[in-house]
Amino acid sequence: MAEPGLRTDGTWVGASVPRREDPRLLTGRGRFVDDITLPRMLHAAFVRSTEAHARVLSVDLSQVREVPGVVAAFDAADLALGDITALLDRPTEEFTPTSMPVLARDKVRYAGEPLAVVLATDPYAAEDGVEAALVELDPLDPVVTEAAALAAAGPPVHDEAPGNVLVDVSLFATEGIDDVFDTAHTVVGVEARTGRQNALPLETRGVVAEWDDRAGQLVVRTCTQVPHQVRTVLARCAGLDEGRVRVVVPDMGGGFGQKCVVGREEIAAAAAATRLRRPVKWIEDRREALTASFLAREQHYTARAAFTAEGEILALESDVVCDMGAYSCYPFTAGIEPLMASAEMPGVYRVPAYRVRGRAVTTNKAPTAPYRGVSRPQYVMVMERLMERAARELGLDPLDVRRRNLITEFPYRGVNAITYDPGSYRESLDLCEQVLREEGWLGRTLDDGRVLGVGYSCFSERTGYGSGAFAARKMQVVPGFDLSQITMDLDGTVTVTTGTLSHGQSHETTFAQIVADRLGLPYDKVTIVQGDTDRITYGWGSFASRSVTVGGSAAAAAALKLGDQLRALAAHLGEVDLDSTALDGRGGVRAGDRTFTYPELADVAYLRAHLLPKDVGPGLTATASFDVGGDGTFSNATHGCVVALDPGTGGVEILRYVCVEDCGVAIHPRVVEGQARGGIAQGIAGALFEQVVYDEAGQPLAPSFMEYKVPTAAEIPDVRIEHLETPCAFTADGAKGAGEGGTIGAPAAVLNAVNDALRHTGVELDSTPVARSTIFQALREVPA
Amino acid sequence: MTDVALVELTVNGERHDLVIPPRRTLADVLRHDLGLTGTHVGCEHGICGACTVLVDGAPARACLIFAVQVENSAIRTVESLSGPDGELSDLQSCFAEHHGLQCGFCTPGFLMLAEGHLAESPDATREEIREVVASNLCRCTGYQTIVDAVEDCAGRRRAALRARLDGVSA
Amino acid sequence: MKPAAFTYHRASSVRGAVGLLTELAEEDPKLLAGGQSLVAMMNYRMARPGHLVDLTHVPGLAGIRRDGAALRLGALTTHHAVERADLGPDFAVLSRAMRWVGHLPIRTRGTVGGSVAHGDATAEWCLLAVLLDAVVVTEGPGGRREVAARGFFLGPFTTALEPDEVIVEVVFGRPAPRAALTEYADRRGDFAVVAAAADLDTGDVVLGGVGAVPVLVPGAGTPDEIADALELRDEPGVPAEYRRGLVRTLVARAREEAGRG
Repeated sequence: MAEPGLRTDGTWVGASVPRREDPRLLTGRGRFVDDITLPRMLHAAFVRSTEAHARVLSVDLSQVREVPGVVAAFDAADLALGDITALLDRPTEEFTPTSMPVLARDKVRYAGEPLAVVLATDPYAAEDGVEAALVELDPLDPVVTEAAALAAAGPPVHDEAPGNVLVDVSLFATEGIDDVFDTAHTVVGVEARTGRQNALPLETRGVVAEWDDRAGQLVVRTCTQVPHQVRTVLARCAGLDEGRVRVVVPDMGGGFGQKCVVGREEIAAAAAATRLRRPVKWIEDRREALTASFLAREQHYTARAAFTAEGEILALESDVVCDMGAYSCYPFTAGIEPLMASAEMPGVYRVPAYRVRGRAVTTNKAPTAPYRGVSRPQYVMVMERLMERAARELGLDPLDVRRRNLITEFPYRGVNAITYDPGSYRESLDLCEQVLREEGWLGRTLDDGRVLGVGYSCFSERTGYGSGAFAARKMQVVPGFDLSQITMDLDGTVTVTTGTLSHGQSHETTFAQIVADRLGLPYDKVTIVQGDTDRITYGWGSFASRSVTVGGSAAAAAALKLGDQLRALAAHLGEVDLDSTALDGRGGVRAGDRTFTYPELADVAYLRAHLLPKDVGPGLTATASFDVGGDGTFSNATHGCVVALDPGTGGVEILRYVCVEDCGVAIHPRVVEGQARGGIAQGIAGALFEQVVYDEAGQPLAPSFMEYKVPTAAEIPDVRIEHLETPCAFTADGAKGAGEGGTIGAPAAVLNAVNDALRHTGVELDSTPVARSTIFQALREVPA
Repeated sequence: MTDVALVELTVNGERHDLVIPPRRTLADVLRHDLGLTGTHVGCEHGICGACTVLVDGAPARACLIFAVQVENSAIRTVESLSGPDGELSDLQSCFAEHHGLQCGFCTPGFLMLAEGHLAESPDATREEIREVVASNLCRCTGYQTIVDAVEDCAGRRRAALRARLDGVSA
Repeated sequence: MKPAAFTYHRASSVRGAVGLLTELAEEDPKLLAGGQSLVAMMNYRMARPGHLVDLTHVPGLAGIRRDGAALRLGALTTHHAVERADLGPDFAVLSRAMRWVGHLPIRTRGTVGGSVAHGDATAEWCLLAVLLDAVVVTEGPGGRREVAARGFFLGPFTTALEPDEVIVEVVFGRPAPRAALTEYADRRGDFAVVAAAADLDTGDVVLGGVGAVPVLVPGAGTPDEIADALELRDEPGVPAEYRRGLVRTLVARAREEAGRG
């Protein structure tokens, strides 16, 4: 799509330039939502359910309103807001619609569910007010596990879903697959469970909302990955025209998916601000974030795969049950995890026959949202366990089994009806093994009594989902495209507005690089504006590794359009044909033998419009959209992990971690490496440390960081990263998404490394997080 | 509940007289009474370290201290690190150069942690630095580049000190 | 996670603090030292004292003093001060053990006296005090008394400290050149699943994480004997036999480290 003439020699893309974000963040001058203070601002706190499942008999806030500092308190009836409802376009046997009220009314469905909002002059008083609420609940038997949900013996979580199943899809079912399993040389099975996790942005969720009478708008500053979707839902819940709502996103301390759904607290706080005509701030505290926020990842796989004697995979079958908690999230629905797992599970392997059943069950636990990688960390782990088990069963080298099955010819049309664009699946595996061999890890033993293991994972990750790809999931709200608007000012600098939203991913830098290259400007002459619904028509925000692939491509397209305008203007002023013009790569346009600088052209466009061609209006601005046609683009990687197991404690230390990644052309290699390292840390966290645990009554047992063990620098190893580059054919600059791969590959690599170390014991672990007691016991029974 | 205390705080060399309820944590007072919002709040139970500041030179959790407790102490926050014109300190520059921050929310805590540690242990090894960096949580970087940044800064400070000493002896 | 309201009192002397504790006895007073456990619990509103009596401004309560063979640690001595101090081979075990206490920014505020008063069964100071037969010096309305650490810890977060008493000193009476403490937790800086401290000179071992208080095992048993004698229950995530295995390992490792001196 890029016109060759528009590219310049001194390109910014591919250079690890200083980040535009850094100076303010390093000096404490960033502005996060909790840094915002408005005159007469009130602070919200929520009265939350103490029961996991109960009928609400009464909510009495009269004493709350007497607490010093409390200004108001509202329950569901007071605010009378519409529910949040996310839908799939699927038949009733596949999808059961449910709704999430902003404040619970007749029933509570998880411990921590909000029942009322208290507004006070400071957050301390707001908490005092919460304590004064009198809530009468009539407990029901809670549905706490996936097994209990499917058994459906007690009162269902939602009356609409008596069997507690919200999504149930059976897909692909390649003809003859049963025969393949019946006649195959070897069939191996894996039953795996993955622990419930919290995406855990270090900045919790939060909002500052105010009714602006001058604008006639409800202005909502909130840390969300999806500002336009918050606007849409807020407008609907509150019965406002969309234009009456403006969502603005300040600096944001991470999201990882938890903030890419619409939260109920931000709606309630905004409604209170409207009602009281005073600004309202709500900052989620860590206890709320750990117990009553959006969670993810609790899945149960029953999978099997058929192989030839030589290790060639013949068929794959999987039953995936995802415990989605109490509610369906907007816009993705409770289908987010099972649909991702079902559609993509064959992954990087040539799987000729495939059958999958994917289910979302609802339980009396905090609801779920997409979390970095969405199901891919889980199904990749299961696939990689199947490969390892097959190798062990067949007496083959597990890497050779992978090599035999990796997709090597592209484009590849998979059994899952997805077309994979070119990647470096085989090459990344070979290089990863080579690095570990050269570093001396293979075949090594330790002399301190610990047992060493090496594990790998091979995977690809679909990024840049376009509207078509999301539509294939049958979402009723279909993300995919994005928009960008570019404006050149009088001085020749440009401002680019995008519908995506950086919250750590450095888009103020990388998008500027992309645009700077298109216009031949220094990247610091390009300002990126994001996260403001009044500044761009519509946008889908940042999730699913879509920002650079989709938003970046839209920004590039807008820049190209602006370039065309500049050339047309130069052609007119220089009295030459358009074909005789070109951007000069130094902030000007050559027109025949003359050169017009951008400020000279802008001067005409704005200040001397009488010189413009008759059919050209004043100003220099362009808008472009971008959507990914087809099935998107696949990034890929191989991870290699070396662990040492301590037989005395069951302790696991990661001694080495190697990541060979290919996200196409890296706009900013250091940023890509940062994404990989941070993602790997989160994947390690899921494999070895973090789990949201509930007791049998549905009470959360991890309300603090004492129990929810986010790993530190002492647990996360240094990671060696090697880059391969298979450019994408249809994004600007050939970039593919880079945000999630680290997280996707790490659990499998870690788990395989642990299993490798345990090889002599015969114990094989398929679930995460890995219990140290299990390692301890295995090594005690069969010492190395 | 209406109980308030008169508190005199010294923050970044500046004295402030405050009338506040004693239950206000130092983190909240810095952020919301003094407007020093560079200090962040991430957990309010002393584990994440986003609120780490220096109290008499030592890194401490501002969420586990009531402002009223530290009247006679010198408090330093991230706002004190850069020059008056906003010029980054050597430590801040190292964080930028090593990509030791992404979303930046945890960054002020890590900066103050490192500032306090390096002042006390200028000869810290990479392993010692890693151990201290393990005091705080970061969800974006995987920590490696934070350790790199602090190690690099320690090395630069040592080199600068050596150069000064060489200059003196020469 | 904002604490409930309380009235703040700044004590300027131990006697003053004791006076406040006595005077406010009916209104749930609580002493504030480093606050590294207490304030976190207050932020969760799991602790909600009506009055906080701040000891941190009392002069003379912090400090490390050699007194003949003994080492006297003022109650407000921070973990980090002990970590940084050169206590010589006699008490190096204390400095070395401090690396297990939380993380640096906790150690710069948390205090010896606060830790002992809090009485967490896995807290390093509690284990060390029991292992080395330390004496806890308290002051109350009736004056000072000395309580043997071995009789100080009575139950979960329950000690022999009276509600109107203040810990002023913890005295380690006897050099322990061949002692060590070690721990296991999945994550650095966490409270131990099991902690073990050993003194080769006495043969004593103290275990944390195996009971409501630090468990003293006097005399020299083998790690197996010590572990096998414990009554342990399965707990969420920690089966009894795993905990027993950790005891076995950590006792051996503590002794090994102690032997290295």
